[in-house]
Amino acid sequence: MEERILYNLLQVAVVVGFAPLAEGVLNRLKEIVQSKCGPSVFQPYRDIWKLLKKDQVISDQSTWIFRAAPYVAFVAPVFVTLLIPVLTRYPLFFAFMGDMLGGGFVLALGGFFVALAAVDSGNPYGPMGASRTRMVGFLAEPVFMIVFFTVSFVAGSTIPYIVQTVWVSPLSNFFAPSHVLAVLAFFMLILAEDARLPVDSPSGHFELAMIGKSKSLEYSGRGAALMKWAGAMKLLVLVTIFLNVLVTPWGLAGTMSVGDVLLAVPLVLVKVFLFLVVLVVIESSLAKLRLFRITEFLTAAFVTSVVAVATSASGL
Amino acid sequence: MAGGATSYLPHLNAMAGGLFLLAAFAIVATRQMLACLRWFVAQAFLLAASASVIAIGEGSGHLAAVAVITVATKAVAMPWLLRRSVRGEIYARREISQVLNIPTSLLLAAALTLLAGALAYPVATLGTGPFVAVNLPVGLAGLFLGAYTVAVRREAVSQLLGLLAMENGAFFVAVAIASDLPFIAELTVAFDVLVVTLVIGLLTRRIHERVGGTSVGLLAALRER
Repeated sequence: MEERILYNLLQVAVVVGFAPLAEGVLNRLKEIVQSKCGPSVFQPYRDIWKLLKKDQVISDQSTWIFRAAPYVAFVAPVFVTLLIPVLTRYPLFFAFMGDMLGGGFVLALGGFFVALAAVDSGNPYGPMGASRTRMVGFLAEPVFMIVFFTVSFVAGSTIPYIVQTVWVSPLSNFFAPSHVLAVLAFFMLILAEDARLPVDSPSGHFELAMIGKSKSLEYSGRGAALMKWAGAMKLLVLVTIFLNVLVTPWGLAGTMSVGDVLLAVPLVLVKVFLFLVVLVVIESSLAKLRLFRITEFLTAAFVTSVVAVATSASGL
Repeated sequence: MAGGATSYLPHLNAMAGGLFLLAAFAIVATRQMLACLRWFVAQAFLLAASASVIAIGEGSGHLAAVAVITVATKAVAMPWLLRRSVRGEIYARREISQVLNIPTSLLLAAALTLLAGALAYPVATLGTGPFVAVNLPVGLAGLFLGAYTVAVRREAVSQLLGLLAMENGAFFVAVAIASDLPFIAELTVAFDVLVVTLVIGLLTRRIHERVGGTSVGLLAALRER
């Protein structure tokens, strides 16, 4: 029992600790594709460390929401990490505290607070980005639900630890059309949820075109550090769910021994690295969609997920 | 289906089917002519993949020939012909105009897919084997989506792509149902595709010369000189 609690905390530590590294690797890879040298992969750690030491400036027009939002945004992915399989194949201590929909709601709570804080700040660009995020959010929500219903319908459970084993045993399940389509829909969803290209340009500095980044523009010091860290963690959590639950539940620890669990850390990081390479290829080859074309992108994801449901319901 | 290796074949075929359907959706959803053509080529490759999987599963040499012919005509010769006959049109005109907007089209396309599934269900569950159970609904959906593309697009070239996507869908069913299609029939169909492409391509070029565009949606009424 103690081990399960310990491993659960260990996987939180892994996600919290390696999230900035994932972001740094992503940025570095992108710069390499653009024939630039780029900052070190550890640059996000340095940024966060620097920001943590700096003073905060908070508008006296803002309320407690603005002050609380970075903490909520930071804690939400941590809570989700307790629920999902990061390192182990067997359920850990908190695994049955919430299912995948619960995790989705906790992540959405973080996003909701960030959007509220953006409106609260009084910066004209904040509410604009917040309302756009909501637009993407409410279009992405049904896809999210349907993808999770598809995978849990086949698995007969909504607990991610149980879902992950169904799709690879037997291995031929992996090639089922409903699985392939659900994976594609979820991948498109990650791009939309994390404000990646083609939905939003994460490296853009033009406030009028921003969707994701404009909400944290007003933060400084500790607030900015937490927002940055929270964004990195959210990406890593989504990628972990995608890789460990939906696509490649291999390389996870199968036994309770400490060695196996520690060995799973580099294996999971290698999987995340491969995912980041794919993400970089996509981000470097696509252009940003116009705002009203985002609906088309998400409708495509929606239709993909509906077809996934239809094929799994008709038993293909 | 005795050995361990062959039991994967229905699943591989099902995956090809799922991706085939996705390509059909993509043809409905893409706005740009060249991207549309690429998706059509991808769809042809998936058709060939399904045909070769069934060829291995049923030990049919004819289906292997179908796969080769499909790749040769639809993935290589057809795009080449189209680019030659309507060169300017396919590169210059970036966006395809259509009657309905894309989200509506996609939702209608999803409804058509469900309809195809419902229509195919009684036949597919007759115990005709795992290949027919996948290929019949998917191919029928491909047929419907191609017809839908022809109906909503206003451009001649994209209507051609819809027509050929319909043909892809019909072939997708055919490879599963008639695994011993006579070779001459396969060749005939393959050449038909090329002839259709050439004829429509040249016709489009003529229309373009006369009218200055290929928006056949505008050519609804006759006009006296």
